[in-house]
Parts: sequence; C-alpha cells; structure tokens
Amino acid sequence: MFPPAFNYHRAKSLKEAASMLAQAGQEAKLLAGGQSLIPLMKLRFASPKHLVDLNFIPRLSYIKKYKDELHFGALTRHSEIENSATAAAVPILHDCAAGIADVQIRNRGTLGGSLAEADPSGDWAVVLSTLETSLSCVGQKGERRIPLHDFITDAYTTVLAPDEVVREISVKIPPQGSGGAYLAFKRAAPVYPTASVAVQVTLEGDVCQEVAIRMGCVGLTPIRASQAEGVLRGASLGEKAIEIAAEAARSEADPQPDMRGSAEYKRMLVGVLMKRATYAAVRRARGERVDVSHLYA
Amino acid sequence: MPKPAVGIKRVARAKTRGGAIEPVPLTLTVNGKAYSITVEPRLLLVELLREQLDLTGTHVGCDTTYCGACTVLMNGKTVKSCTVFAVQAEGAEIMTVEGLAKNGELTAIQQAFGESYGLQCGYCTPGLMMCTYQLLSSNPQPNDSQIRKAIAGNTCRCTGYQNIFKAIELAALKARGA
Repeated sequence: MFPPAFNYHRAKSLKEAASMLAQAGQEAKLLAGGQSLIPLMKLRFASPKHLVDLNFIPRLSYIKKYKDELHFGALTRHSEIENSATAAAVPILHDCAAGIADVQIRNRGTLGGSLAEADPSGDWAVVLSTLETSLSCVGQKGERRIPLHDFITDAYTTVLAPDEVVREISVKIPPQGSGGAYLAFKRAAPVYPTASVAVQVTLEGDVCQEVAIRMGCVGLTPIRASQAEGVLRGASLGEKAIEIAAEAARSEADPQPDMRGSAEYKRMLVGVLMKRATYAAVRRARGERVDVSHLYA
Repeated sequence: MPKPAVGIKRVARAKTRGGAIEPVPLTLTVNGKAYSITVEPRLLLVELLREQLDLTGTHVGCDTTYCGACTVLMNGKTVKSCTVFAVQAEGAEIMTVEGLAKNGELTAIQQAFGESYGLQCGYCTPGLMMCTYQLLSSNPQPNDSQIRKAIAGNTCRCTGYQNIFKAIELAALKARGA
C-alpha cells in the first residue's frame, strides 16, 4: 500500500517546524513517530499534502526530573519511558509505556504524538489526565503552557493552533501516600485497547483523601468518572465502596459499539478494569510493589 | 540530484494535487553498506529495501503495522518498516535479516530457529529473528514473559508459537555460549 503522495519537509528546529506549518497551511501534518499517521494515510483516512518531520530536531527526546515534576520531550518514544529509571518514580507511567502496542511500535511512537493525535482509544491522555499534566507548545507567536484537561477538546481534536507544535510534557509527581495504576484490555498486542481505566488515589490510613479516575475508549475523549470519584472520596477503600464506585463508573461511560465490541460489553469491561486498577492503585499507595500491564489474549 | 547508486531500479514518481513532488536525497547504511540515493517521500522503508535495494528477506505481511513480518533494526531498535518512510531513515543504520549471517555462517539465532523448527512457511521468520536480535542484545537471559512480550508484535499463522519460543530460548543459550 502506498500512502498518498506528499511533500516532505525536514524541520531542524521547533521554530522552523512552526513556520513550515504556517507556510503549508491546513493541508500540512506533523510527522512524529508516524505509527498512527502512516496507517491512516495508507487507508486514505488522511491525505496531507505536506508532512513536516520532527524527528531530526535535536534535543526533543528526554526525560528529566525537575523539582516535583517530570519533564518529557515531545518526541520521547514510549520505549524510552518504559525503560527510564526516572519515569519509574511514577509507576502508572510505566504501566502505560510498557503496554502500548508492541515493542516495534513503542520504539517509534512518541508521547507528544499520542497526545496531539487525541485518538479516543489512545492510552497516554487517559493516564496523564489523572495526574497534573501540562503541555508546552511552540508556535510562531511564542510558547504557551496548556493544562492537559484543556488540551483535548474532542475526538482527534486539540486546542493546538495550525502552526503550533508540542515541545514538552510536564507531569507533577504525586505526593507520598498516593498511588496510581492503569489497566487496558486489548484483543491483541499491536491494537488499540477496547477499554482502559487509570486510577490515582491518595490515602491517609485506609481513607481515600483524593482520587482521580479516567476511562479511555468509552467516549470521544478520556471520560472522568466523577460519580465514582465521589463514592470513593472520603471513604474507606474496601470491597464494598469499590464495587459501588465501579457501578457508577459503568453508568458514566459512553461507549460506542464497533469492531472491538458492543457498547454493553465495553461498559461491563470498563467496570472490571476500574475495580482492578483501583485495587492496584491502593496497594501502591500503601507502598507495595505491584506489576500492572495491558491485558490481552 | 545525486546519481542513483548501482542496483537502484526505479524511483517511483507521483503527483499531489497541484504540483509535482520533490524527490528527497537519502543517505543511509543497510547491513553495513552505504547508499546515497534519491527517493519519493511516500516510499516506505520496506519498499526501499525490497524493491530498490533487492533485499527481499524482509517481508510485507499485513502492511497495516500489525504482523511484524517487515521488522528491521533501525539504529539498533526494531521497527515495522511498513510504517516508516524511507526518508526518515536519513543517516540511519538499518539491519535486515540479510545482515545476520556473517561470511555465509549462520548466527546463533538463525541456527536456533532451524534446530527448534521455529518456522514452517517461513514468512514471519525474518521479523521474528530481528525481534529476537533486539531482545538478546539488551537481555541475554530473558525469562518466559520477557520472550512473550518481545514477540507480541509478530504474527505467525503456522507454528502456534511454541517452537518459536523454544528457538528464542535456544538462541539465548547458544549466544551465551552455554
């Protein structure tokens, strides 16, 4: 399969990428890892006339700890996060990075690309929206920092201006006593999940002080399970509370039937994932080491 | 425009709406051999390898980033070459299945796949061997789940994977000289 023909522009800096985008207009797309874009082009779901390649911009791939934040260059590959001792400080990041698709795709796919594509089935936006995350974006007019919850507005839609490029993703490291876990179910390794849930809890003793729950693949953007959060907040996190919260989360999901499953099936699945992710998050908040990974047949 | 290297059969030409596409010069190394050529931007890495460099050991299976038959190493990391544009390999070192054997001598990975019957039709085998290469390069003694995870992106429709699994275990043993 040949993708439709396009003109290729190799940017040497973010500033140059922004000006290339501005010059090429609406028919330009950014090429980061290409693991979604190239398949979409082959299927003619995307036919950009111009591609601006970010892969040759120096110093756009890094993982750094700065005060209480982790900073990721937009071009950081999933596999680099998977194998990073720095990122391991926040285990939920490893849950996500180590389970996206397969080894080959993780070697190419990027964090910035995943967020900017805003695929409703993408993993990163679900995980990072349970944490305090913001994106630094560069355009011709300069740089601005956008909180993740303002960044994605709809399926495949972000607030990025046509000439803007994500430069860096900043994630606040959760405090002591906080734990998170991400679980996604997929039919096979290389595909997008059927449903996914990220949970972040902060405990004081057995009582849940703060909680964030986001569900993926069951709405046009990551869905906040506000009612489920309400059930858990201030409660002692036992079996009963988690069961009631899962019931609430199921009702808050808004899944579409597709080749991955019926709406009813996805609703069931998201409840199960929410319970399991919550148990794992609670154990981690208590300081236990728990291995969590994408589930697939 | 640089003159195409010997062995380059064609440079696919195409037009987008509203104008001809500018071909892009490309310099890369494949299995230790340097190439300096000109390609159309939409040319996929796997097509460059197979159609222009005559390295047909790398296979096109699904062409949808699923099956892993087209897996090659790009700067030491496995990639699905049906999902990388050739122009993105500028300055890169590519290694294909043809780069495994040295002077006609099969490497441990290739021997192990043969001895363990880790293949039947052989279509997926180049991709699986490249994945094994990356796994053993970073982890000479992988455990069960690490092996399974390393080949999760490779589809085999013949073997049922058990013998591939055994082949990778054997390759690890051989590579360690055990």
